[in-house]
Amino acid sequence: MEDRLNRVFSALADPIRRDMVARLAADDATVNELAEPYDVSLQAVSKHLKVLEDAGLVSRSRQAQRRPVHLEAKVFDLMTAWIERYRRQAEERYRRLDALLAAMDDSTDGTRSPDQERGAS
Amino acid sequence: MSTTTHETTIEAVADVPAIRIVREFDASPEKVFRAHVEPELVKQWLGPRGLTMTIDRWDAQTGGTYRYVHRDDDGEYRFYGSFHEVRPHERIVQTFTFEGFPDGVALETMTFTDLGDGRTRIVGSSTFETFEGRDSALASGMEIGVNEGFEQLDELLARS
Repeated sequence: MEDRLNRVFSALADPIRRDMVARLAADDATVNELAEPYDVSLQAVSKHLKVLEDAGLVSRSRQAQRRPVHLEAKVFDLMTAWIERYRRQAEERYRRLDALLAAMDDSTDGTRSPDQERGAS
Repeated sequence: MSTTTHETTIEAVADVPAIRIVREFDASPEKVFRAHVEPELVKQWLGPRGLTMTIDRWDAQTGGTYRYVHRDDDGEYRFYGSFHEVRPHERIVQTFTFEGFPDGVALETMTFTDLGDGRTRIVGSSTFETFEGRDSALASGMEIGVNEGFEQLDELLARS
């Protein structure tokens, strides 16, 4: 799992690949459609796609002639969920810091607790 | 509405194993800095809610060290590191190790920017040695109720 996540993060390390993923989040697209906005060869785009595929971020339909590229939302969601959880925990800490800063007067002491009622649960 | 709410923004940087956090506060850089260096203040906000934070050492000056413990019903989580540079009201650079992963170390920088009008922006970045280290730090956040206590805090903020 960790190894897979490493692949995910490195797959997203490239700006073109990040952009592709963002576009695929809206809708499936063919290789040609994906390649259109970029000033790179179709081969280069295929290479980028291979990296995204190996990381499990995208899959390509085997049946349809167009072989549209599809974003595997599950992997992506997991990562996003982790980052969001981490962010929320940081936000929770910083809201406590907000309260502390508000309770600190500008005197030299500044050690008055904003939540002296807090139980040690 | 006298109170503004500043949501934390976070970024897992794509091409290096780093996490960047940005947050603004309605307080001067001096105050926000003090809340980061004075142990009596630090322990009031740094630990996750529902855990007891005990500071063994907190010598927030250039060349100083720190060590603290979070305890809950399931056990203890110890963290330690060194203060590489503490530049009053401007910048803190420190190392960070979770004793559960003794081989892992992150380099953390925190900058304090004066926005004027008694407001401050902090930008914190944690850079890990490997993507794996960064990802496990992201993934191993302890489960806590994120909404726990928000109402109380909002009340506190509204009163000030």
